[in-house]
Amino acid sequence: MNLQRTLATAGRILTQIRHDPRTIALLLVVPSLLIGLVAWIFSNTTTFSVIGPSMIALFPFVVMFLVTSITTLRERRTGTLERLLSMPLGKGDLILGYTLAFGLLAVLQSAVAVGFAVWVCGLTISGSIWLLLAVAVADAILGTTMGLLASAFANTEFQVVQFMPALIFPQILLGGIFIARSQLPDGLRQISDWLPLSHAIDAMQAVATNSQDAAYIGGELLIIGAWIVGSIVVGSVTLRRRTP
Amino acid sequence: MLHGLNLSIARGGVVGLLGPSGCGKTTLMRSIVGVQVVKSGSVTVLGESAGSPSLRHRVGYVTQSASVYDDLTVRQNLQYFRAVLKTPKSDVDRVIDATDLGSRAGQLVSSLSGGERSRVSLAGALLGKPELLVLDEPTVGLDPVLRVELWSLFHRLADQGTTLLVSSHVMDEATRCDRLLLMRDGEVLADDTPAGLLASTGAPDTETAFLTLIGQRPSENGNPSSDERGA
Repeated sequence: MNLQRTLATAGRILTQIRHDPRTIALLLVVPSLLIGLVAWIFSNTTTFSVIGPSMIALFPFVVMFLVTSITTLRERRTGTLERLLSMPLGKGDLILGYTLAFGLLAVLQSAVAVGFAVWVCGLTISGSIWLLLAVAVADAILGTTMGLLASAFANTEFQVVQFMPALIFPQILLGGIFIARSQLPDGLRQISDWLPLSHAIDAMQAVATNSQDAAYIGGELLIIGAWIVGSIVVGSVTLRRRTP
Repeated sequence: MLHGLNLSIARGGVVGLLGPSGCGKTTLMRSIVGVQVVKSGSVTVLGESAGSPSLRHRVGYVTQSASVYDDLTVRQNLQYFRAVLKTPKSDVDRVIDATDLGSRAGQLVSSLSGGERSRVSLAGALLGKPELLVLDEPTVGLDPVLRVELWSLFHRLADQGTTLLVSSHVMDEATRCDRLLLMRDGEVLADDTPAGLLASTGAPDTETAFLTLIGQRPSENGNPSSDERGA
């Protein structure tokens, strides 16, 4: 692993995205629009104040997962991945470069989403808005690294697209949006305790309602961080230089 | 699938790898570069096992379809590959000149023609002056003028001591090589100089020579293990 090569990779990815303003616009705007849609749907009820924080956890996570896994897939399909892996680029350099580049986009996207939810949709946040942003950013980066992990495991386009329902939907279903996690049947509750999105949603709701202390939020952030690091490590280790 | 392949390539010079589509040229090249899963047999390149980390500086590889970033300019592509290889910054201008891309340097690769894209891909492989260049059909889709220019570039590189392994399915390119490997169905049918090949088969050109060789040796699937030794 090498910092210079990692930064060169991150810079290259950001330059690519800079040449595609529509992608930047979609990345920054789509999660906010979806949050706005949810707020509108529940505008005659108080539901948005309850599920709003979960939406800030959900949409950037899903969008970053998709964008990252498709971008890495494109790298594979156009042969540039094979070229890079025949060059002195560490697998970790590539994965970390992607994490840095999309992590930066995740920061921007989360900032827009949090701002939109609070100032445009009128979501009440009892706790610190900075803490909310920190959780949102960690959550969006988690989406990025899980996207990287998925595309490292996939050999074809079809496989990587399947990872979206396989890896993401169960986390949404078990994350406490449809039903509080404490009301899940035994077994499922334990599984949901292990899933990173559950912790992101828990942390978002805790900040929004100011129901837990900073140590609790810190603990949740640590769990999300562990998943981020784990995805990077597993993603790097499973990326194959040799393919059939 | 390559069968009972046992060949070694000396350093320096342009070695042509010729044969019909699907005969195993790309598989052989990918094995030499070290990106192909090799089930059995060994591949040694420049004295080291193919694909070993130290070789990644010494071997340049150009895939059949141009492996460059469409949404970057020519120069940005090369600057990134240069940063990965950690060669001097001036290297980018050198390879842009060598591939005659000076007038296109600031353009997005997506706006280039097919031939120009392959030249960008080739330029990337020339960075850092690798000792071995593995070029998979580098002249496909190029106009005749450009093709001649590229072949003279290959020979200039060979004169400077680079070994080039160039594949093609166009038989008339064979005469431009110092040495020829004719492949069919994962086997090497002939390994000779162009002149030697014509002499041994009594054929007037390489295409006829290839057909003569196929006639002499009906396709047989022998020993499935492969043993390849590179330069």
